[in-house]
Amino acid sequence: MKAPRFAYEKPQSLDAAIRLLADGGDGAKLIAGGQSLGPILNFRLAQPELLIDIRTLPELRTVRDEGDAVFLGAGTTHAAIEDGRVCDPTRGLLSAVARTIAYRAVRNRGTLGGSLAHADPAADWVNLMALLDAEIVARGPSGERRLHAAAFVRGPLTTDLAADEIITGVSVRKLSGRARWGQYKFNRKPGEFAEAIGGFVHDPELGMARALVGAIGDAPYVVADAMRLDEPAMHDAVSRAGFADGTYEHQIHFAALKRATAQARGA
Amino acid sequence: MTQSARKGVGARLRRKEDERFLRGRGDYVGNIRMVGMLDVAFVRSPVAHARIRAVRKSPGLESVVFTIDDLTGVKPIVANSALKGFKSAPQHVLARDKVRQVGELIAMCVAPSRAEAEDIATQVELDLEELPAVVDMVAAIEPGGPRVHEEWSDNVVLETLVDDDLSTIRANAAIKVQRRIRTARQCMSPMEGRGVVAHYDRRLDQLTVHSAAQMPHINRAGLSECLGIDQGRIRVVAPDVGGGFGYKGILLPEEVCLGWLAMMLGRPVRWLEDRFEQLAANANCREHYYDITGYATADGRLLAIDCEAIVDSGAYSSYPFSACLEAAQVSSILPGPYRMDGYRCRTWSAATNKPPILPYRGVARTGVCFALELVVDAIARAAGKEPYEVRLACLVPPEAMPFVNITKKFFDSGDYPEALRRAVRVLDLPKWRERQKRGEPDGRRVGVGLAIFCEQGAHGTSVYHGWGIPMVPGHEQCTARLSPDGVLELRIGAHSHGQGLETTLAQVAHEILGVDPDNVRLIHGDTALTPYSTGTWGSRCMVMSGGAVATACKEIEKRVRAIAGKLMEVAGDDLVLEAGRVRVAGTDRSMSLAEVAHVWYRAPQLLPADVDPAGLETTAGYKAVRDSGTFSYACHACAVAVDTELGTIEILDYVVVEDGGTLVNPMIVDGQVFGGTAQGIGTALYEEMPFDAQGQPLASTLADYMLPGATEVPTIRIEHIETPSPLSYFGQKGIGEGGAIAPPAAITNAVNDALADLGVEMLESPITPRRLLTALAAARARRGAG
Repeated sequence: MKAPRFAYEKPQSLDAAIRLLADGGDGAKLIAGGQSLGPILNFRLAQPELLIDIRTLPELRTVRDEGDAVFLGAGTTHAAIEDGRVCDPTRGLLSAVARTIAYRAVRNRGTLGGSLAHADPAADWVNLMALLDAEIVARGPSGERRLHAAAFVRGPLTTDLAADEIITGVSVRKLSGRARWGQYKFNRKPGEFAEAIGGFVHDPELGMARALVGAIGDAPYVVADAMRLDEPAMHDAVSRAGFADGTYEHQIHFAALKRATAQARGA
Repeated sequence: MTQSARKGVGARLRRKEDERFLRGRGDYVGNIRMVGMLDVAFVRSPVAHARIRAVRKSPGLESVVFTIDDLTGVKPIVANSALKGFKSAPQHVLARDKVRQVGELIAMCVAPSRAEAEDIATQVELDLEELPAVVDMVAAIEPGGPRVHEEWSDNVVLETLVDDDLSTIRANAAIKVQRRIRTARQCMSPMEGRGVVAHYDRRLDQLTVHSAAQMPHINRAGLSECLGIDQGRIRVVAPDVGGGFGYKGILLPEEVCLGWLAMMLGRPVRWLEDRFEQLAANANCREHYYDITGYATADGRLLAIDCEAIVDSGAYSSYPFSACLEAAQVSSILPGPYRMDGYRCRTWSAATNKPPILPYRGVARTGVCFALELVVDAIARAAGKEPYEVRLACLVPPEAMPFVNITKKFFDSGDYPEALRRAVRVLDLPKWRERQKRGEPDGRRVGVGLAIFCEQGAHGTSVYHGWGIPMVPGHEQCTARLSPDGVLELRIGAHSHGQGLETTLAQVAHEILGVDPDNVRLIHGDTALTPYSTGTWGSRCMVMSGGAVATACKEIEKRVRAIAGKLMEVAGDDLVLEAGRVRVAGTDRSMSLAEVAHVWYRAPQLLPADVDPAGLETTAGYKAVRDSGTFSYACHACAVAVDTELGTIEILDYVVVEDGGTLVNPMIVDGQVFGGTAQGIGTALYEEMPFDAQGQPLASTLADYMLPGATEVPTIRIEHIETPSPLSYFGQKGIGEGGAIAPPAAITNAVNDALADLGVEMLESPITPRRLLTALAAARARRGAG
């Protein structure tokens, strides 16, 4: 199928993009890498009147040190993270996850901000940023706000973002040398969307111990105090994430969480 | 080593056609550009079963939207079988009165671009009265339910019965295993979808239909029947085709629609299937159900098979193979490569509100092999034997060849037990049994599985005429022309779309004429340029087209000898054809083929007056010694690791020992086996088109319809046995489909081997994590309850 007719603008600055977005109202839609929106347009599931192309905006390509965190511009591609072309404050977790996103062709164009804004419940960054307690930075006509990643996603394909806001980047805390992490993505074959994502991060210096039950068809489920996460607690977390014991979904999410935790603990 | 051994039959010659394919220079239907060409988008049925109250065109769009009422004179596609009791289901090329599957064509919209044509399509209003859908084939043949075709008495397209009195065996067999086995509906997925470009040539008064087709001459016949114009006014051109597998071995309603439209508008029109149409409207193969019982002696020797099988045939009868071919085949091929004393098989072709069934690579054999080989493994477990041992006890032995089996199939040659023994040896069964005993460090469970089958290929008239479908294969022809510069042109009516015929048929020509394969051009895929052929299907081309090319080259050879003999003043029999030259035996006197051709065409004054004027061009026909088909066969053996926490399966090793008779090009045969096995792995573990209770297909992208990719296909180790067929020209056997037949059986047997002591036996393909974990949970519950 082919996309319906739409107008196309490629603004030269972030401010211009925000103005176009605000002026365009419900009929305007941002496009960056287009790896989700492209197929959605072709299926005619979205029929915007105006596409605003922000893929090459320099403001969205910035990466800067914020002291205890690193700010990654929304236009950073998955491939740039995978290849270590941008700083990874998590000591390898970001690039390990980037490597498993779809296929290289998708990673070459797909962006961090685009994936977060699209908020597919099975998408990797949506889940990982919630696990890492990262902050999503958004800008609109009235200025900039910082949103907790764990609360940013409200449901499938739904975020806290206002219609005239653009994600400019993500602020990810720097993990210490003592930090340990684990992540397990369960999918039918490499490159496919996750059926389950388990995650675990423990950083004694930051006092951080978080666990993730991800790709649950909804906003990710995070255990914020996962210091003593044993198997019964994992079952409990998966049940609270919405999957009753004894179901297929419970089993795969439990296994993913167990494997992520084991990886972090070096088991 | 002789020249022939390096480039002729048996050489691992690199594929000539890869020069253009690997550089992205193939020319497909989608590459065709014509001045004034318009694009077509179809309005398709959003529901599985409905009465059409009205199809309304928006005002102003009447001239660019067409329904069946506009297509005056166009007849429905009819593919009947002459088998007794077959129920006919004519398919209107655009729906009339009713729709019977999601995706059925309702209206045709035309515009300068596809996007605009889709815009128009969204403005066509459908008024449909939904009817209950027939979705499950087992329920479909029960009396009393809704009917796909109201004028029928039930949903049974055809019922067949091969009956045998099994009462003695039933009474005396020490082992009886009964299983209910299912295979999922799949969607054949060549890289290139279907596509049609049609235009009308006023000078020739001829409709040209470019189509990604495996069987252009058959499409031409079908177009003629539906459009009501004679075949001479239709030319079908199949350019480069990006994979067929059976998906393109059909007369498409889209072809008929576009043919009509091109004539009506007087402009070229194009339709290119996209992946959404392919998945949503064309999941069309492999869906079988078996209630199968195997009887065996206490030590596991197979005595008899008793089976009731249903094939989900979908809503219509596709042209030319019909809605019943697959089920009818089930009953004739279910006994596989085994000897048995008794056999009974009843089959139903069930009509459902799903896409019409098409024969996919391996046709019914993939399901049949799955059912039979799972039962043989169950017998082995009941007998406490290794699965290969019970197979060895009943495989047809080489000394019995040729062998007429219990369903009257003529197994031409081969050593089936050797294929099995060698597969077991190459896989190193004891190594895996040892590893299995030791256990995996990561907790996964290891299992080993086997499957063996034989495959009839290149079967001809005597096999097909009984089915009485619109196509009966006969002889095969090749036109060969040694052109003035010594280049050999070969024209065949079959089509090469992955088989490598441009290379292998050049090797055949080289074998006979000594012409360098680089100087052979294969012309195929154009009804105006090639002799008639039923086309490329049924693993037939290397036997039939290969035989035709060899026969035509033999005739050319005779004429070359006559001409060259006159020119060199020796008897034709004293000449040797090799390395592109004609040499006087035992001397170094020779002339090139180009020189011989040059004299014939451009310097005939050098020839004596009494030279045979037939020339260096001929059309020759070929028929096998008997047309019951060659029987290639293979044993697949694999080892898997099963993750019982996630329900995933990793293939640790995969071995194929196959016998394709004389291999014309072993490298291309390897490629066929690799590709087929990859598709078989898809059937075993990944591919499935689920339908909901309303008949909606639930996978609409390749993210939902999962195909195996590079990461899912392991290294496949292939060994060849070469038992020449006594029936074919060089002893070659059809080998194109075999790879896709055994993997679901071999892999499932390996999984069941891994999980046997947990009480888990998988009987449905594909083995998804959900199915596997559900079975493990059920087995745990049973153990808990026990």
